[in-house]
Amino acid sequence: MRRVAIVAFAQSEHTDHDTGLAEPELILPVIDAVKAATGLSRFGFTCSGSCDYLAGAPFSFVSALDALGAWPPISESHVEMDGAWALYEAWVRLQHGDVDSALVYGFGKSTPGDPRTLMTLQLDPYYLAPLGLDQVSYAALQASAAGVPRAELDAIVRRSRADGRRNPYALDLPDELAADPVAGPVLACDVAPVTDGAAAVVLAAGDLAAELCERPAYVTGIAHRIEPHYLGLRDLSRSASAADAARAAGVGKGPVEVAELHAQFAHEEPILRRALELPDDTVINPSGGPLAANPVMATGLIRIGEAARRVHDGTARRVVGHAAGGPCLQHNLVTVLEA
Amino acid sequence: MPSDEPLTAEHVLEFPGGYTRTTGPVIGRFLTELRAGRLVGVRTAEGRVLVPPLEYDPATGEPVTGEYVEVGPAGTVTACAWVPEPLDGHPLDRPFAWALIKLDGADTALVHAVDAGNPKAVAAGTRVWPVWRGERTGHITDISCFAPEVTKIVSPVRSAYTLRAGGALGVFLEGIGRGVFVGGRCGGCGKVYVPYRLSCPECGLRIAERTELPGTGTVTTFAINNLPDPRAPEVPFVSAYILLDGADVPMIALVGGVPAHEVRHGMRVRAVWVPEDERKPSMASVRWFAPTGEPDVELS
Repeated sequence: MRRVAIVAFAQSEHTDHDTGLAEPELILPVIDAVKAATGLSRFGFTCSGSCDYLAGAPFSFVSALDALGAWPPISESHVEMDGAWALYEAWVRLQHGDVDSALVYGFGKSTPGDPRTLMTLQLDPYYLAPLGLDQVSYAALQASAAGVPRAELDAIVRRSRADGRRNPYALDLPDELAADPVAGPVLACDVAPVTDGAAAVVLAAGDLAAELCERPAYVTGIAHRIEPHYLGLRDLSRSASAADAARAAGVGKGPVEVAELHAQFAHEEPILRRALELPDDTVINPSGGPLAANPVMATGLIRIGEAARRVHDGTARRVVGHAAGGPCLQHNLVTVLEA
Repeated sequence: MPSDEPLTAEHVLEFPGGYTRTTGPVIGRFLTELRAGRLVGVRTAEGRVLVPPLEYDPATGEPVTGEYVEVGPAGTVTACAWVPEPLDGHPLDRPFAWALIKLDGADTALVHAVDAGNPKAVAAGTRVWPVWRGERTGHITDISCFAPEVTKIVSPVRSAYTLRAGGALGVFLEGIGRGVFVGGRCGGCGKVYVPYRLSCPECGLRIAERTELPGTGTVTTFAINNLPDPRAPEVPFVSAYILLDGADVPMIALVGGVPAHEVRHGMRVRAVWVPEDERKPSMASVRWFAPTGEPDVELS
């Protein structure tokens, strides 16, 4: 297996409102930032993650290429998934051995639409979507199955918001928690905020990694696993696919100093923590996590980038980045990064 | 002129009329049975019953068998989420619960709405039954929703009577028709009772003397009523014990002309009569008692 590292990471200053910037304009600064950090202007492979339904613009990822400068023609791919899966594809692509660098980015503008009802469109069209089952409602079914004590959830939200207020890229959310039930047991404060934003990562293989970055964050394990879509077929109180992905990525083979978890609802954090078998001394979501900024389609990539940042700045040696997709943590990707 | 207002436009993404989707044989069978009012699952090679049915066993990836098994119609809730404010696309327009429901005979749970009325009426373990739509088309919404088992019914009770006021009540009501409160004084203990009665409940002696009392008195106790009554259709209304001046026992009457929360023990009140030409020998002739504005009386 080729040694591949994250050598640069950049994210936008995420907003809870539509600034009016088009998607290529949202991406441009983070692409510029990782180009500047690495000194690269061309990449062996480029891959992005986004969702056309978010802003309702077909093939929005095609126009997003305007932010890259795709001439002469570049080798490019796209996933209609979180940018974390674009990173996975780029990692696989680098394993081929013929190219050494990859640009990965993810972006999303959630503010023009209503993410809560929009997410119904990702459900199976026969049994779930016709019921109008919305994002908060299916999450509430999982919260009900998990039965996490209210005090634990409040502590997670408070910690996430406090960390988010210290993170210049995350939103400034108040310490007071809105306790109105959206779909009981899920309260308004348990739901990740509607956010616009983007993020970019550069992967480098072989010797190039050390040339581009003082302390590369080497991908020593990466795996993703998925479980059945239909909620009634699963034990929603746990995430079997996250546990499988964590085992495949080798999370337990060493200490984990920091874990950035893609928990878009407060109750998802303890489910993931258990699935990844993270010890109590692992610092969870020091960035504030999705509960402090949730630019959908970039949120998972940001988890990996935030974890890598701890290796880049020398504050950690072994970290985990996690991304999730689908209803009730259906699909999970786990990355182990090491100095 | 440039404006600070952002330029915005409405944008709708829609497939008019919706997508047409083929169901395949397995989902099609489930929806066809649903249209006929039956719930079926499909048996996997390992013998589990998937509801709703899928073409492949998610545990093994093997195709399911062709054996369809009737399940339910009742089931048990395994997890639920309460929606206090339904969205437009939800199955019900009043607060309801989403639930995972393990139908009797199934090995997996079905997601649907439960019309439970209140969040306490549904929890893991609650037994629920389907409520079928009147006209079914072969769609998951052929089940309007599920509902908890029937555990209570409402029994209307109403009997009509004709009451005749002879005796002491007739005497009292004849006074009301004239705009006076008729009481009676006991020849033994001297207590004055209103309404008028034929005997003293303490002494057992016949009432010796009729007396006419003024329409003023004092509230000795009261209740604020929040359920409407034919005699007081507006709620809240106040019913009170009023000790008429000169009487020894209070009578019950409505208090009005004052907000309910301002009524107090010891408040001085005066009867408010309907206009003279509308008066009848009925308590309806006394609209209510209203505050006189005099200082409150210290009640012993």
